[in-house]
Amino acid sequence: MSGSASSVFFGISTIAYVLAMVLYIGYLAFRKKTIGVVATTVTIAGFLSQTLAILLRWKEFYDIGQMGWLRAVPLTNLYESLIFFVWCLILAYLVIEFKYKNRTFGAFITPVAALVLAFIDISGMSKNIQPLVPALQSNWLLAHVMMSFISYSMFAVSFSTGLMYLIVKTEKRNEPAYIFWTVMLSIFIIVLCAMGLDYLTFKFSVKSQEELIKGYLFKATFRNSSSAISLLSWAVSAALTFVIWRFGGALRKIITGFNISAETLDEITYKSIAMGFPIFTLGGLIFGAIWADQAWGKYWTWDPKETWSLITWFFYAFYLHSRLMRGWRGKKVAMVAVLGFVAVIFTYLGVNLLLSGLHSYGSQ
Amino acid sequence: MEKEKNKSFIDRVWDLFASVKFAVVIFSVIALTSMVGTVVEQNVEPEKNLTVLAKLFGESAAPTLYSILDKLGFMNMYHSWWFVTFLLLFAMNLIVCSLDRLPRILKLVREPIRPLSEEHIEKMSIRRSVLFKGKPSALKDEVASAIRKIGFRPSESETEKGLQFYAEKGSFTRLGVYITHLSILIILAGAIIGLYFGFNAYLNLPEGQTSTVAYKDGGAEVPLGFGIRCDNFEVDYYGDSDMPKAYKSWLTVFKNGKEVMNKVISVNDPLTYEGITFYQSSFGTVPDSMDRGVVVLTVASKDGKSEQVNTRVGGAFTIPGTSETGKITNFSPALSFDQAGRPYTYDRNLLNPAIFVEFSSPAGKPFSGWILQRYPQTWNLPDGGRVEFRSFWGVQYTGLQVRKDPGVLIVYLGCIIMAIGLYITFFMSHRRLWVSLAEEKGTARILIGASANRNRASYEKDIEKLAGLLGEARKGGK
Repeated sequence: MSGSASSVFFGISTIAYVLAMVLYIGYLAFRKKTIGVVATTVTIAGFLSQTLAILLRWKEFYDIGQMGWLRAVPLTNLYESLIFFVWCLILAYLVIEFKYKNRTFGAFITPVAALVLAFIDISGMSKNIQPLVPALQSNWLLAHVMMSFISYSMFAVSFSTGLMYLIVKTEKRNEPAYIFWTVMLSIFIIVLCAMGLDYLTFKFSVKSQEELIKGYLFKATFRNSSSAISLLSWAVSAALTFVIWRFGGALRKIITGFNISAETLDEITYKSIAMGFPIFTLGGLIFGAIWADQAWGKYWTWDPKETWSLITWFFYAFYLHSRLMRGWRGKKVAMVAVLGFVAVIFTYLGVNLLLSGLHSYGSQ
Repeated sequence: MEKEKNKSFIDRVWDLFASVKFAVVIFSVIALTSMVGTVVEQNVEPEKNLTVLAKLFGESAAPTLYSILDKLGFMNMYHSWWFVTFLLLFAMNLIVCSLDRLPRILKLVREPIRPLSEEHIEKMSIRRSVLFKGKPSALKDEVASAIRKIGFRPSESETEKGLQFYAEKGSFTRLGVYITHLSILIILAGAIIGLYFGFNAYLNLPEGQTSTVAYKDGGAEVPLGFGIRCDNFEVDYYGDSDMPKAYKSWLTVFKNGKEVMNKVISVNDPLTYEGITFYQSSFGTVPDSMDRGVVVLTVASKDGKSEQVNTRVGGAFTIPGTSETGKITNFSPALSFDQAGRPYTYDRNLLNPAIFVEFSSPAGKPFSGWILQRYPQTWNLPDGGRVEFRSFWGVQYTGLQVRKDPGVLIVYLGCIIMAIGLYITFFMSHRRLWVSLAEEKGTARILIGASANRNRASYEKDIEKLAGLLGEARKGGK
């Protein structure tokens, strides 16, 4: 199936998003309007191409499955769900860019999209259209999975703006919030780089495409068979974290140079969580429970996926309440928003890749 | 301090439960212990978790750590007394926090909006003003209708310099949070009812057999109050692959010896009778049962005469209208052919059942071959007849999840209320509006002040529209 029309358009959108990431970062660094316009154009082109690809895949799935349109949603395995997540994220970003007339966020959101797409390629996950296993043959599939991913992308937006808020708001290097964001950003960059290296070694040295991320993640760096490389990786990571911590103030100057106020960032963080939270509650938790009740005879089994969704829900419920609490507005809640998305990533990927349970469709 | 000391014990407990800090602690404890529970696999044999612990903390520490975690109840932690206690504390906290703040909010909801002085209106977060010539009273009706156009029903009062309209909408939306909190409590209540008045059990029911009980995890019998029979179990596959498309069980319910219900269940499509629901959960082969299996065939001659035949491996049948006979001499539950074309059995379960039939025809030459249930192209005989291998019946069992949960409807009700509560909380707001018309040295001024507790941006658009409408009204009034 890899030669199908949808995969060609997926390929185009992947290249476009990676290019957009470079352009948005370039725009942030050089502040040339032309670069910004090109970045937006490339993102829109990538988005249109991806939309077409998703629709084509839906059609291909429909032709193979013969179970009707509702049960041919291309949202049934890890690959398809990641693609849809990226699509939602880019859509949310484009809405923000046009609403707030500001491209700064692009440099923070397109890397998330690029990271996800890189992850798809290094993990060597199956891109084939797989027929639906009996458990997934339900009309709840569309509502449950789609709403979950829409909320995930909202949370990804809040993560980006929350991080930016912290960058703008912190000045002293010994401030906890400053240390928090520099470490978070470092981890993000380190994981991105390590996965990039995995990708390169994977492409050139590993023969078997079957090897899953479980066995391969960080093998080029931290988990390398040579302890020297492994130690070096840790040392480089520590050095990078130090550099980001030492010179993080520069990032604040860049962002504040773009006329983007901390209040706007706080507002976007809140708004995306205020949108994402009810969607997540309804689509992720409630629809999930109803479907589980119908398929497994239990609406709640404390399966790792369910438990982690609940933990994520707790994080964001806490975020929403803490905004109303004295002394929590501002930096503290922004940190909760950032941590909330870490929980989202674990709910979505960590559970499937590291833990076992009933919800194993995603790891296929 | 003196006052603090005089507080009764109940007041202190109340204050503790109403405090945000306490809520944060409970939130964190539930979240953190839940995380442990997702790493330590629940309700499995000790070996599994010993391996997990050994991977994380080393071989030497694993057994000690296991026994500590085991004693603390982490191996079945979501049902342990302490976890349930934390959930109940969470519920208590939710109730107390809500009740603590409810009177203030109810006052806000109930208290009707009052007219405000111009100074107050000018301090509102959203405000606009429109000037026009003439007396305020001349434009009164236009202003009132403009306010109605943006969805408010204004009240009116006289002021020193003219008059004022004031209106509010959605004051009840301030209760959205409490509706959401209430829904969590309803869901928890439903869960408790299910725990005490319901059960979870399983039933492995072989084809052709009837059961009046199901079994709990420990093996304890649960009487159903009726009989349930599995008439047939089948797996559908995608094309020629071994990828399952559907698991189906044909079930019949008996009450007092009478057949009362028939249903083909599949995953996502269970059967419910008298509050007990049967879910398609697994399947398997009854051990050592292959020789008891019934071969169900539809046999047809080349001129179309056909009949159903139930026989066994080793049995024989006649093609209708002829003297041609077939004898089943071999059977495979999962037949495949190796590269040299030799048949072999690749699984003990019924993945690809096949019979080997030897035909003897008094007229023609005898022939023989494999007939496979999943491959209709093997059903045609060289002489134009047909042997359709319908089923190999009586050796499989269907694995049913059996559940009774009288709390589930309450849980669903809670879910609906939660959805409504969240919608009100996040997508609606309490909007207030004051429009004052005042006369100032021959000109009249319309002053609009407005506030919303949420979603201010969309309210601002409405106010913009109102200002626009009043602008038009001004032109008309000239």
